Amino acid sequence: MSVATTEPGRLERDRDFNFNWAAAGPFLALLVLLAIGFVINPDFLSATNLSNVITRSAFIAIIAVGATFVISSGGLDLSVGSMAAFITGITIMCMNMMVPNVGLWSIPAGMAIAVLAGIACGLVNGVIVTVGKIEPFIATLGTMGIFRALITYMSDGGTIPIDRTLREAYRPVYFGTVAGIPLPILISLAVAALGAFILYKTKYGRQCAAAGANEDVARYSGISIIRTRTIAYVIQGACVAIAAICYVPRLGAATPTTGVLWELQVITAVVIGGTALRGGKGRIWGTVAGAVILELIANLMVLSDFVSEYLVAAVQGVIIIIAMLIQRFSK
Amino acid sequence: MARDPDMQQTPPRHDATQAEPCLLRTANLTKQYGPVTVLSNVGIDIHAGEIHAIIGENGAGKSTLMRLISGYVQPSAGTIAVSGKPVAFATPHQAEEAGIVLVHQEILLAEGLSVAENLFLGRELTRNGLVDDRAMHRIAREKLDELGCHVSPRTLVRDVGLADRQLIQIGRALLDDHKLVIFDEPTAVLTGNEVERLLEIVLRLKDRNMGVLYISHRLDEVQRLADKVTVLRDGKMIGTYAGHTLSQMDMAELMVGRELSALYPPKSDAPRGEAILRVSNATVPGYANDVSFTLHKGEILGFAGMIGAGRTELFEGIVGLRPVDARVELHGQPMAIRSPREAIDAGIGYLTEDRKGKGLLLQERLAPNLTLSALRRLNPGLWLRKHQEAVALDQAVDRYDIRVRSLRLHAGQLSGGNQQKLLLAKILLTNPSVVIIDEPTRGIDIANKAQIYTFIRKLVSEGKACVVISSEMQELIGLCDRILVMRQGRINGEIAGERMTESNIAWLATAEAGVAHATEGGRV
Repeated sequence: MSVATTEPGRLERDRDFNFNWAAAGPFLALLVLLAIGFVINPDFLSATNLSNVITRSAFIAIIAVGATFVISSGGLDLSVGSMAAFITGITIMCMNMMVPNVGLWSIPAGMAIAVLAGIACGLVNGVIVTVGKIEPFIATLGTMGIFRALITYMSDGGTIPIDRTLREAYRPVYFGTVAGIPLPILISLAVAALGAFILYKTKYGRQCAAAGANEDVARYSGISIIRTRTIAYVIQGACVAIAAICYVPRLGAATPTTGVLWELQVITAVVIGGTALRGGKGRIWGTVAGAVILELIANLMVLSDFVSEYLVAAVQGVIIIIAMLIQRFSK
Repeated sequence: MARDPDMQQTPPRHDATQAEPCLLRTANLTKQYGPVTVLSNVGIDIHAGEIHAIIGENGAGKSTLMRLISGYVQPSAGTIAVSGKPVAFATPHQAEEAGIVLVHQEILLAEGLSVAENLFLGRELTRNGLVDDRAMHRIAREKLDELGCHVSPRTLVRDVGLADRQLIQIGRALLDDHKLVIFDEPTAVLTGNEVERLLEIVLRLKDRNMGVLYISHRLDEVQRLADKVTVLRDGKMIGTYAGHTLSQMDMAELMVGRELSALYPPKSDAPRGEAILRVSNATVPGYANDVSFTLHKGEILGFAGMIGAGRTELFEGIVGLRPVDARVELHGQPMAIRSPREAIDAGIGYLTEDRKGKGLLLQERLAPNLTLSALRRLNPGLWLRKHQEAVALDQAVDRYDIRVRSLRLHAGQLSGGNQQKLLLAKILLTNPSVVIIDEPTRGIDIANKAQIYTFIRKLVSEGKACVVISSEMQELIGLCDRILVMRQGRINGEIAGERMTESNIAWLATAEAGVAHATEGGRV
């Protein structure tokens, strides 16, 4: 006779009173930041400013959704910034090449190529890490250098601008709105929703978290670590590609400095979102909140006069360290 | 039958006639972790020139007691007195300064350093501020000779065998003059001759008028060495007995707390069923060599042997967790199992000995843990069916009597026994026809043990077949229909029925194959 089944009332109570501070933390932090921002400068809460800030955070948010998979499966990807630049370059070059033959159709074709390139890059990272059994840190440090060198080589150290005829047609992907909401925000919400669905509602998501929480337990339970982690890197690659697609119209060009230090912001977003860097359960919506928090802080520093905006990266560095300390001591 | 502790207790030796206070005395020693009491009210006396053995099942509190005495953990209540003076050790270092040293069960040596460097690690001899290698090598040589260990002090520990490593570890403990040496299962990794050598060393310490606290679950050793035996069960002290008054059977029954025969479900007297699993010439490089056996329907087949005999690795190979070269037939069909996934699909379930490290996700809730191996069976298609999961958990909690306050607990919050039942439920959710259970009851209390034995017997009575790997000989004898004994990666003998005795298992686990076979008629 089991105690659990004879005390249904008690089990119900657990459900009601179980408020998860770890999960709510990033959202509370977001609210606090908004309040601080309003005190410093009432313009901060204006719809225009907020939608600008959130739009700018969309690239990081989209890539960080992929990073949530990689990190929760027990991996790490330092190459995302370089990969974004590389894919941006490839996409623009392919679109420019196709323009004379297919005209505006080169935009969707280029997007498809971007996604395929992202998947391929993710696959390369994944296979090196899983089949090659190289530490994720080292493996992606290597590919980070490779992707960065490739975009520098492709652009000959300069810029790869998108074809003039495509510029106007492609513009709305970054600057457009639907029902007043900027398109990048909607895209990042869609990516996050899909990511949350995969991570929380599918068998793959369960396997991913198990592989990250304890590789041995996952292996002994018949889960293929190689397959699980490789798929996580492929998802990461696809997310980088989607971010690149949104990024192209913003500057209309790819340069060797595109996406520099994005990996730092992406990992910061994931960690302040509440996902443990050592792997295990991922928090997709926390990650999105983390990405917005980073951009909000940068925005606050620009709007206020307390701290020089040149110190934005320093503040972000402090935040990731604080987030890690909180994770460390809250256990 | 279990003895009444009061009747057998040795008369107290700290009477007025004894001038010198005893070396170490604990009174009401208690350790709690949160609400869990792992040791309560233990009082033992250890005198100089005396070997005091502590026996008890896994989880009885032996290691906690040792760790309290040697300063690794601090008591929640109670006192420790050394030579009559109360002490409170905050660190193992303080205990060592008071003359108490613990020889660990696990070998804790730096493999990349030399033998001498390991002996002196953390207390290097210096001359003029520089390490004095000459002096350290000289003293190392002396100490090693004393222990009968013939490796050179300059050899890297990496290149030294297991038995010698154990001796080096003991040498480390004996480097300074200590009054009390605590041995934690010192013979767990040693074989026949090496065990002899170790026992001699322990007796020599006694002759040098040192106190020895000896923890082992090899009762034959305890019987040979111990002047006094203290029995622990479920964290409680059952009593202290004069060593010569107890037979091995008495000790076993005191540890278990009831008659051994009542702990195990009755064996089946049905004739042996057809062969389900046939393994031929299985070789796991470095661990198992040319092992062949057949497992029959309705049978519990035991695998005995010492730690390092290759039992776990053999079966990890068979279920695809490590490279193996073997012919495996399941229900008469040849199988090639290359991954754990394929083993699960084929109907072979393996329950690891490392419950916390390899069996359960301790930070996860119960349901995800339960269904992890059976995700595919429970969730055809892409997504999870959480309702199915909840139903499976309800059934498992009922069927395996998993006691939980809430179904939303993490697996790590369960007691060892309930974790083990959850793990068993997890493996059985994949509906295997062959269940391989490695150390089915390690570190769990007696009531849960009895339940798990009943579950295992029930499995085979339902037509499954079961392999049980265990280091507890009593468990194999009580539970299994037949026992194979492995030694150094090979099967060294098979015993069944009346011939399943501790001495036969110990003999087959340590004797050379040729010897074992030659004397089979006589000994086994």
